[in-house]
Amino acid sequence: MRKVTLILDDGSRYEGKSFGYERPIAGEVVFNTAMTGYPESLTDPSYAGQLMTLTYPLVGNYGVPSTETGPDGLPVNMESDRIHADAIIVSDYSPAYCHWNARESLGDWLKREKVVGVTGIDTRALTKNLREHGVMMGKIVFDDEPEAEEPEMPDYGAINYVDIVSTKTPVVYAQGESRVLAADAPAEVIDSTLNEPGRKRVVLVDCGVKSNIIRCLLKRGVEVVRVPWDYDYNNLKFDGLFLSNGPGDPDRCEAAVANLRKAFTNPELPIFGICMGNQLLSKAAGAHIYKLKYGHRSHNQPVRMAGTDRCFITSQNHGYAVDSSTLSKDWEPLFINMNDGSNEGIRHKKNPWFSAQFHPEAASGPTDTEFLFDDFVKLL
Amino acid sequence: METNRNESIKKVLLLGSGALKIGEAGEFDYSGSQALKALREEGIETVLINPNIATVQTSEGVADNIYFLPVTPYFVEKVIEKERPDGIMLAFGGQTALNCGVQLFHDGVLEKYGVKVLGTPVEAIIDTEDREKFVEKLNEIDVKTIKSEAVESAEAACEAAKRLGYPVIVRAAYALGGLGSGFCDNEEELLSTVEKAFSFSPQVLIEKSLRGWKEVEYEVVRDRFDNCITVCNMENFDPLGIHTGESIVIAPSQTLSNRDYHKLRELSIKIIRHIGIVGECNVQYAYDPESEDYRVIEVNARLSRSSALASKATGYPLAFVAAKLGLGYGLFDIKNSVTKTTGAFFEPALDYVVCKIPRWDLGKFHGVDKELGSIMKSVGEVMAIGRTFEEAIQKGLRMIGQGMHGFVENKELVIPDIDKALREPTDKRIFVISKAFRAGYTVDQVHRLTMIDKWFLEKLMNIMHTSEELHALDTVAKDVKDIEGGVAALTELCRQPDNYELLLRAKMQGFSDFQVSRALGLEKRLGVDHGIKAVRLARKELGIVPVVKQIDTLAAEYPAQTNYLYLTYSGKTNDIHYEHDDRSIVVLGSGAYRIGSSVEFDWCGVQALNTIRKEGYRSVMINYNPETVSTDYDMCDRLYFDELSFERVMDILELETPHGVIVSTGGQIPNNLAMRLDEEHVPILGTSAKSIDNAEDRDKFSAMLDRIGVDQPEWSALTSMEDINAFVDKVGFPVLVRPSYVLSGAAMNVCSNPEELERFLKLAANVSKQHPVVVSQFIEHAKEVEMDAVAKDGEIIAYAISEHIEFAGVHSGDATIQFPPQKLYVETVRRIKRISREIARELKISGPFNIQFLARDNDIKVIECNLRASRSFPFVSKVLKINLIELATKIMLGIPVEKPDKNLFDLDYVGIKASQFSFNRLQNADPVLGVDMVSTGEVGCLGRDTQCAVLKSMLSVGYRIPKKNVLLSIGTPKQKVAMLEAARLLSEKGYHIYATGGSSKFLSDNGIENTRVYWPDEPEKKPQAIDLLHSKEIELVVNTPKNLTPGELRNGYRIRRAAIDLNIPLITNVRLASAFINAFCTMTLDDLCIAPWSEYK
Repeated sequence: MRKVTLILDDGSRYEGKSFGYERPIAGEVVFNTAMTGYPESLTDPSYAGQLMTLTYPLVGNYGVPSTETGPDGLPVNMESDRIHADAIIVSDYSPAYCHWNARESLGDWLKREKVVGVTGIDTRALTKNLREHGVMMGKIVFDDEPEAEEPEMPDYGAINYVDIVSTKTPVVYAQGESRVLAADAPAEVIDSTLNEPGRKRVVLVDCGVKSNIIRCLLKRGVEVVRVPWDYDYNNLKFDGLFLSNGPGDPDRCEAAVANLRKAFTNPELPIFGICMGNQLLSKAAGAHIYKLKYGHRSHNQPVRMAGTDRCFITSQNHGYAVDSSTLSKDWEPLFINMNDGSNEGIRHKKNPWFSAQFHPEAASGPTDTEFLFDDFVKLL
Repeated sequence: METNRNESIKKVLLLGSGALKIGEAGEFDYSGSQALKALREEGIETVLINPNIATVQTSEGVADNIYFLPVTPYFVEKVIEKERPDGIMLAFGGQTALNCGVQLFHDGVLEKYGVKVLGTPVEAIIDTEDREKFVEKLNEIDVKTIKSEAVESAEAACEAAKRLGYPVIVRAAYALGGLGSGFCDNEEELLSTVEKAFSFSPQVLIEKSLRGWKEVEYEVVRDRFDNCITVCNMENFDPLGIHTGESIVIAPSQTLSNRDYHKLRELSIKIIRHIGIVGECNVQYAYDPESEDYRVIEVNARLSRSSALASKATGYPLAFVAAKLGLGYGLFDIKNSVTKTTGAFFEPALDYVVCKIPRWDLGKFHGVDKELGSIMKSVGEVMAIGRTFEEAIQKGLRMIGQGMHGFVENKELVIPDIDKALREPTDKRIFVISKAFRAGYTVDQVHRLTMIDKWFLEKLMNIMHTSEELHALDTVAKDVKDIEGGVAALTELCRQPDNYELLLRAKMQGFSDFQVSRALGLEKRLGVDHGIKAVRLARKELGIVPVVKQIDTLAAEYPAQTNYLYLTYSGKTNDIHYEHDDRSIVVLGSGAYRIGSSVEFDWCGVQALNTIRKEGYRSVMINYNPETVSTDYDMCDRLYFDELSFERVMDILELETPHGVIVSTGGQIPNNLAMRLDEEHVPILGTSAKSIDNAEDRDKFSAMLDRIGVDQPEWSALTSMEDINAFVDKVGFPVLVRPSYVLSGAAMNVCSNPEELERFLKLAANVSKQHPVVVSQFIEHAKEVEMDAVAKDGEIIAYAISEHIEFAGVHSGDATIQFPPQKLYVETVRRIKRISREIARELKISGPFNIQFLARDNDIKVIECNLRASRSFPFVSKVLKINLIELATKIMLGIPVEKPDKNLFDLDYVGIKASQFSFNRLQNADPVLGVDMVSTGEVGCLGRDTQCAVLKSMLSVGYRIPKKNVLLSIGTPKQKVAMLEAARLLSEKGYHIYATGGSSKFLSDNGIENTRVYWPDEPEKKPQAIDLLHSKEIELVVNTPKNLTPGELRNGYRIRRAAIDLNIPLITNVRLASAFINAFCTMTLDDLCIAPWSEYK
C-alpha cells in the first residue's frame, strides 16, 4: 500500500496508506460517527465533494454487495448509481471481508469507481480537530509523488453540487418499473407515463435523492415522478410534492425555492421535505440557513418532536441548518435536535407542509422515523 | 418545576443478587450500586437486601438501610413488613431478585403492603420468563422465535423432540444462566438432560437447535413515554450453541451490514414496546449467516451480565438510567454523564472495538466436563479495548490471566486431535485455533470445523502472519548477551523501514513486548524480564509508544469530561493532557473474577479510591473487569480500562508520573508486580516491595519466622523421591504436596499414605532439580484462624481475628468463618496477637495484611502471610464497622491516623461468612472441598448469636431447612463422633435419618433411630440412597469422605453428584453440618431477627 498524507487547511497532517483508487484529491473533510453502512454512505449523493472520515475504526468487514439495479430502476443495495464521496478515510481497513451478500471488497469497489481510500489514520485525532476547528478543506497526497501534482482546493460553498448530482431528466417510477423521459418531455407525456388511474402521484424534486426515499414512497403504493432540482413541476398533475436531500449549500438552489413558492399557492398540496428539502422549504418560508461548525453525520442524533415527549433516534448527514428564529409566523419547528438545540424540521401551522432535517428513510441508520412517510402518504 | 418523577415514591426497596455464583457475579453489584446512586440523588430513602457482604453496594453510604439477609420471599416480606417501602426494584439483582419478585407478586405480598413495582411491570416480566407466554406474545407481532415445545414429562419431551427433529436443545424455564439446559443429539442424551432440567423447574422446553447461526444481542431501553433506544449491540465470536456467558463477545457487531444491524435493532424496539418494558432489557437473536433470517432466542427483562458489559463497552450507564426511568422520568430528562452536555436519549457511537473473554477455572475441579455448551461455566470475564480487533483480542487473552500471552507465542498446548478440539469447543478453543493455524490449517478449514465467522478467523490469521514474520527475523538475537545488546540489535534491525513497519504493526495488533521478545528469540537469550525490557527500551527509542484515548460515548463528536481511558497503538496523539502535579495516586485493580479473587478485592479497590479522593488526591484506577464497580468511571478521577501487566502499568505510570501506587488492595495480581515496579523506581505506597518479597518467598519467610521464634508447619522444597520419603518419615502423614510444575489436574494434593504420595507424584508432577516439590506437614483437627490487620511502620493499628468453623484442610476461601471468634482460647488469641505484632514489626508493614494460623490446643503455627488486603477484609470491616481499607489507605498516603477505640471484643453480635458453590453448573465435578479453593462467592450475615448468623448465612447460599428426611453418610470414626450430637438433635426434632452402612451402625449403636440405605455399588439392596434422592424424599445430604484420596472420593461421588444435579442441599464437612443442624434445630425462621446492619451496635 502506498503512503499518503491528508493535509488540512490548518496545516495539520495525518499519515496513512492508500487502499482505494490512487490519485490525489481535495475536498471538504467531514466525519461520520455511524458504525455501519459504508456502502450506503458512500453512494449517498449528499457526500458529493467531501472526504468522509469514519470514526468507527474497523471498516470493510462485510465487503460490498452488488451494485446492480432492480426492475424498479433503483439500485438494489445502494443509495444511488455510484459513489459520490471523493474519499473515505478510516483507521483500520479490512481487506478480508465476509458476508453472504458481498460481491467484492471495499478497496476493489473504490478502485473500480476511482475513489480514494485511506487507512491507518488516527481518525479520532482528526475528528477532534474537525470538532474544535470546524470542517475544513483538505487534500490527500501521495508521499511518493511530486508536490506539483497536488490537487487544487475547490471552494466547497461556491459549487452547486446539487446541480452535479441531480437527475438531468424526469424519471417516472411506478408499476414496479421506471421510465426515463426526455429533459423536455411535455407535461402530458410525463403525466401519462406509467400512470395508473386512481393512484396517487408524488413529484420528487431531486437535489441528490437517496434511493431509499423513492423506495419508501413506492412501498406505500404511490407513483413517483423524479424531476431535476430546478425543474418547474407546477404544470404537472400530482397529489403531493417531495423535496429530497442533497449536497452543498442550499443558497445555491434558488431556482428550487422559486418553484416551491409557486407551489405554495395551492394550500391543499401536501409537501414533505428531507434534509436539503427541509432547508429549501425553510428558505421558501423565509428562514435563514447557516453552516454548522462540523455538521451532523451519524446514526445516533436524538431529536424531539416540538412540544411533545416523543423522541427519536435519527440518521443524519448535513452541514447546514435552518435558523428556526427566522421562520415566518405561519411556520413552526417540528423537530429539535436534543444535543445542540438546532432545528430538525419545520411545519406550516395550517397547511399540510412539513419537513425533517434528518433522514426518516434511514439507509443507512435507524428506521424509527419512517412513519413520516406514512403521515405524508395519508395526506395525499 | 414540574417533574415526570413519581413523587409518591419516597422509600424504595432494592433486591440484590446474593452471593456470587456462576451466572450471577459481580455485574449485579455494579448495577445495584448504580441504581442506588440514582435513587439517592433523588433524595429517596433506600433499603437494600443483599447477604453479599463483600460487595460495594452493601457498604456504608450506598444504601440507607442494608439487610444482610437471603433474597428469598420469606425474608423480603419480613423486611417489607418492617420497612414499608413505597416501591420495589426487581431488575438490578439478576435472576435471583427477579424470581423472588415474581413470587412476591404471585403471593400477593406486594399488593398486601402496597408496594409498587418500579420499572418494568411484573406482568411483562412473566411474559418474558414463561416460555410459552413469551412465544405467544411475540407471535402477536409476527416476530419469530425459536420453535419450542413446553413439556412437563420426559415422555412428552421425547415426543416433542421427534416432532422437531434432532438436534434439540433442552431448557428449564425460570432458570438462571441456562441451568439444567443442554444440547441433545439423540433420545438417550435427551432423557438424561430433561431429568436434570425437571429438578430445576416443573416446565422444560424442547427446541430445535440452530447451531452455527450467529448470536447477536441488543441492549434496549424504553421509558414510560414509549421512547426507545438501543444502547449497544454485541456479537458472539462463537456461533450459536455456546452460552453467551461462555463466548467471546465483541461490541459493536463486526460482521453485520447496515441492513442486518438495523433489522435486528428495529425488531428489538418493536419487542420492547409490545412487552411493555420500562427500563432496560436485553434481546438475544440467532441470525442466519446465509440470509437475513433470524430468531429471537430470549428477552431478559432486567439488567444482566450483558448490560453491565454494554455499559462498560459504551460508557452508557444503563443501570443508572434504568433506575431513573423506573421513577417515572423520560429519557429526555436525563443527562449523559460522560459528556455532561448532551442527554441520555441517544445511542452511543464507539470509535474502538471491545472484546469480552470469559475466564474459566475448570482446572480446579475434579472430573468436570470441559466442553462448552448451553450451560455457563465461566467464573469471570475481562473486557479489552482496542482500535483493531487484533489488539483487543490479544489484550483480552492476556487479561484472563491463565498464563497466556495473547493469541500467539504461548506455551505449546498438547492437543492430540486438532480437528476434534476445533469441532467440540472447550475453554481452550481459541488457542486450538492458534495451534491449527501454526500447523498450517487455512481459514476455510477452521471455519468448517468451528463455524466461526471467517472475518474473525482472518483477523486471527493476521496475528499469525505477523508472528511468522517476526520469527523469520529471530537471527537478530543471535549475538545478544545483555539488555543493551538487545536494544542495539533491535534498533539496528528497525533501520530497515519494512522491519520498523513490522514492529509497529505487531504492536498495533496487540503484541506485548513479551510476545515480540519471544518471537524474535530475545527471550531465549536474555530471559523473560530482560527480553521484555530490551524490547521496551528499543521501542521507546524508535518512538513506538501507545497513546491514551477516551471513551466518550459519541466518538469525539462532543467534548467529554469524564476520563474513561484505554491505551492503543492505533493512534498518534493522546486525548489526555497530563498535569504532572504529583497528585495522582494509582490503584491497581484485581482483574478478572476467578476462584479465589473476586468482588472482595473490588470492594477494597473502591474503598481505596474513595479515600484517595476524600484526601484530595487524584484517584486513578487500572483494571479491566467489566463486572466491577471499580471500573465504573464515576468511581475515580481517571480510569484506565486496560491490562495489569508490567508493560501496560509502566506505560501508564510513565504518563501519569504519580505521587504513588497502591498494590495492596487488588489481590495477588498487583502484589506480584511489586518487585518489578520497584526495580523501575515506581513509588509504591505502604509496605516496601522488599518486604512483600520477604513474605512471598517461602525461604525468606521461613528464615524470618525462625529468627523471631515463630512456629510453622514443617515444609521442604524437594527434588527427589528419596528426599521426599525422608521428609515424610520425619513429619509423618498426611502431607500437603505442591508441585511447582503441574502436568495436569489440581495444583496441590493431600496425601495420606505412601501409595497415594507415589501415585500423585508420578501422575501429576514431575519431580526434578528444575521443578522441586514443596511438601509440608499437614496438621489435622486444627483450627484455622485468620488475622486481618492494618499496620503503620510496623505497628498494628487495627486488627480482626476470625475463626473457621471447619478444621484446617478446607481452603480458607471455602471455609465458613465466624467473626468475632466464638470458641478460641483467650491464650490462643493473645499468642496470635503477639506473633502478628512481631511479623508486622519485622516486615515493617504499612498498610493491610493478613496472616493465617493453625491452632491446636494452644499450639500456634503460621501458615501464610500476605502483605496485602485479603478476601476477608470487607467482611471483618463491615462486621467490626471499622473500614480497614480506608485506614490502610490513609496510612499509605502518610496521613496521621488514630488507633480505633473499639475492638472485636466489644461486639454484641456475630458475623458468619459462608461460601457459595456453583457445582450445579459444573457437570460431573465432584462437589467436595479440599485444599484447593472451589467456591465462587460468599455471603456474610449478622446475628445476635452464632446459630442465628449461621442459619441466615446458610439460607443465603442456597441451603434449605429440611422438613422431614436427612441422609447422613459420614466418613471417619472421628467425624462420626463429631456428628453425633447433631444427629441426636435431628432425631429429637422428629427428623427421619437415613444413613449409609457404617454411619447407620454407629447411630444405632448410639441409640439414634435411622434407616439404613445402600450405596450404588450394592444395587440389589433396597432402599438405594440414589433412589431416595431421585424421588426427592431426602431434603439434606451430609456426606463426608474419609479423606481426599481418589478411591474414597469415588465411593460417595455418585451420591454427592446426584444431590447437586437434583438440587438437594449437600454438606461435605461435619463441623459445618453440625453447625447448620444445630442452628435449624434450636431455632425457627421466626426466631431470626430482621434487622438492618445499622441496628447491630
